[in-house]
Amino acid sequence: MFEIFGIPSGALFGQLLIGLINGSFYALLSLGLAVIFGMLNIINFSHGAQYMMGAFAAYLMLKYSGLGYWPALIIAPLVVGLTGVIVERVFLQWLYKLDHLYGLLLTFGLALIIEGVARNQLGSAGLPYVVPDALRGGQNLGFMFLPNYRAWVIFASLAVCISTWFVIERTRLGAYLRAATENPTLVRAFGINVPVMITLTYGFGVALAAFAGVMAAPIYNVSPQMGSELIIVVFAVVVIGGMGSILGAIITGFGLGIIEGLTKVFFPEASNTVIFVIMAIVLLVRPAGLFGRRA
Amino acid sequence: MKRAVGLAALAVALSYNIASAQQISVKVGVLTDMSSLYADDTGPGSVAAARLAAQDFMKDHANVKVEIVSADHQNKADVGSQVANQWYDVDKVDMIVDVPNSGVALAISQIAAQKNKVFVGSGPASSDLTGPKCNANNVQWTYDTWMLANGTGKAIVKNGGDTWFFLTADYAFGHALERDTAAVVEANGGKVLGKVRVPLNTNDFSSFLLQAQASKAKVIGLANAGGDTINSIKQGAEFGIVKGGQSFAGLLIFAPDIGALGLQTAQGLMFTETWYWDRTDADRAWTKRWDKERNAPGKIPSMNMAGVYAGTLHYLKAVAALKSAADGKAVVAEMKKLPTDDPLFGKGTIRADGRKIHPAYLFQVKKPEESKHPGDYYNLKATIPAAEAFRPLKDGGCPLVNG
Repeated sequence: MFEIFGIPSGALFGQLLIGLINGSFYALLSLGLAVIFGMLNIINFSHGAQYMMGAFAAYLMLKYSGLGYWPALIIAPLVVGLTGVIVERVFLQWLYKLDHLYGLLLTFGLALIIEGVARNQLGSAGLPYVVPDALRGGQNLGFMFLPNYRAWVIFASLAVCISTWFVIERTRLGAYLRAATENPTLVRAFGINVPVMITLTYGFGVALAAFAGVMAAPIYNVSPQMGSELIIVVFAVVVIGGMGSILGAIITGFGLGIIEGLTKVFFPEASNTVIFVIMAIVLLVRPAGLFGRRA
Repeated sequence: MKRAVGLAALAVALSYNIASAQQISVKVGVLTDMSSLYADDTGPGSVAAARLAAQDFMKDHANVKVEIVSADHQNKADVGSQVANQWYDVDKVDMIVDVPNSGVALAISQIAAQKNKVFVGSGPASSDLTGPKCNANNVQWTYDTWMLANGTGKAIVKNGGDTWFFLTADYAFGHALERDTAAVVEANGGKVLGKVRVPLNTNDFSSFLLQAQASKAKVIGLANAGGDTINSIKQGAEFGIVKGGQSFAGLLIFAPDIGALGLQTAQGLMFTETWYWDRTDADRAWTKRWDKERNAPGKIPSMNMAGVYAGTLHYLKAVAALKSAADGKAVVAEMKKLPTDDPLFGKGTIRADGRKIHPAYLFQVKKPEESKHPGDYYNLKATIPAAEAFRPLKDGGCPLVNG
């Protein structure tokens, strides 16, 4: 076995793969954010809280109705997405014409309220959730032990990311959607119900966050603060990729996961900061982000 | 007329003075984490424990009136200091108890000394509180980093776990815990093969776990706390760490953390605590009362909460003996003079450096099928006698001891 910069190549491949797995979470979350920002012009700061709600919904379903991981993967995003629809109808729809700051403040306030309620009801230490039976165990790849669940995470995340990108960029529905954000009045003149479409888009973005939450429940601590810990990094990912760029969010998500993984080998103390360093550099060189359109 | 009113006022004032000479009022402030990662290990549960102590004490001492107040320090030293100043100066709080988070606790301990009040630290871990940073107004009740390192480290090396790899939280608490544990491991003939410093509040430990796996160390020491510990163990189970023949040593674990992990994931884990709710009949009886006072079904008390109860009770005994809570130094001196005795920690003493001395217990988490009722988490593996559980007095470097 050869060495690269003093690290055995096997260990390095392992770290690359792990980076890819973490990148899957970044991609899933930043995808939802990018969809919401790209279509609604809302900086959704409650995304982390909605991710947490997804994980909590999975826990509560298991506890009170015995519904396991697989049903939760479908039902939790639907339920949390529905709360998103309500939030959009009651609050957000009044803010589209105002400055970004209003949407940011509103969603940030909502995030604090959701987190506070969760902490009050279910405590701060966290809740147990185990890996589903079908995905327990793992494969020995020679250079590392790959848990089956992590392989599933990569697969599911890629599938969701690619289909979302496809729907928005390559289908008629996506074309309506993009047209509606460019010129809502004109699109309405063609008889398309724009407000409903926008509401559903927000609901979908929120459902993506909840989906990531259910995916995270078996491997990360299910606690009220799980979302706020992750959301800052995810925002950095979105900024690097270019606000509102869907492909940018996906590619940057995976890419930064890998870079962070490598940092954990060479200089672990900096692994929490490296993404922000990259963000600063990208903003200096390309203020609109790697894949963003210049305003 | 004016004179009559003046006389009446004087009479009222005098009678009040006579009455208050017989009646002692004490105000205890529970300064804790109400809203963040330690809120289940302390928080509202600690307030309930302090209230129980006040009730129990007032039952036997009708002339002492105890009032309990509480506040959230948000894990910030500045917020905690502000509350402490306000409490000691304006609100006439005589003693502050609990204070999880060593950073906040070190600040409070200083303030208590400046204002000659009392601080009973049942929540903080840093052994510096009874070491270089000790003072005459401070008692540390439940546990400390030296005790955790010594109890768990020694037992595991003696059971054959002689090669270690540390996952360390990258701040003062983690470094201290790693340093103390590594010293114990090496003193007992073990070897430290490596360590990795992980930023606080890391979500994904898989990369670090892979490094630990590659080190081939028999034991992976977790010099972290709260969510970080839970994430390490949860993901360690996923990566087959325990199945691969390595084992985890949790260096600071509370019972509510085990609830968060679930027994399926946490089984086999070994660690040290000084109190567990299901150990003796007295503990169980107290937990029942605590449960009523706390009024949150499904919660179990942690050793910190037991420390709040026992520490408050002993403090009140000292105040009653002195018939005054005014002089903080005198009260702490009295606390050190009186032998401690309570249903939770049994008989014990408080040393000159402020360290409360009691036995510690090495626990192992049960297998799911061994657990008979909710909260039935631990098997007792060993009892570390009080004399060996804590750092010897001469090694701490406390100025009160060395003169």
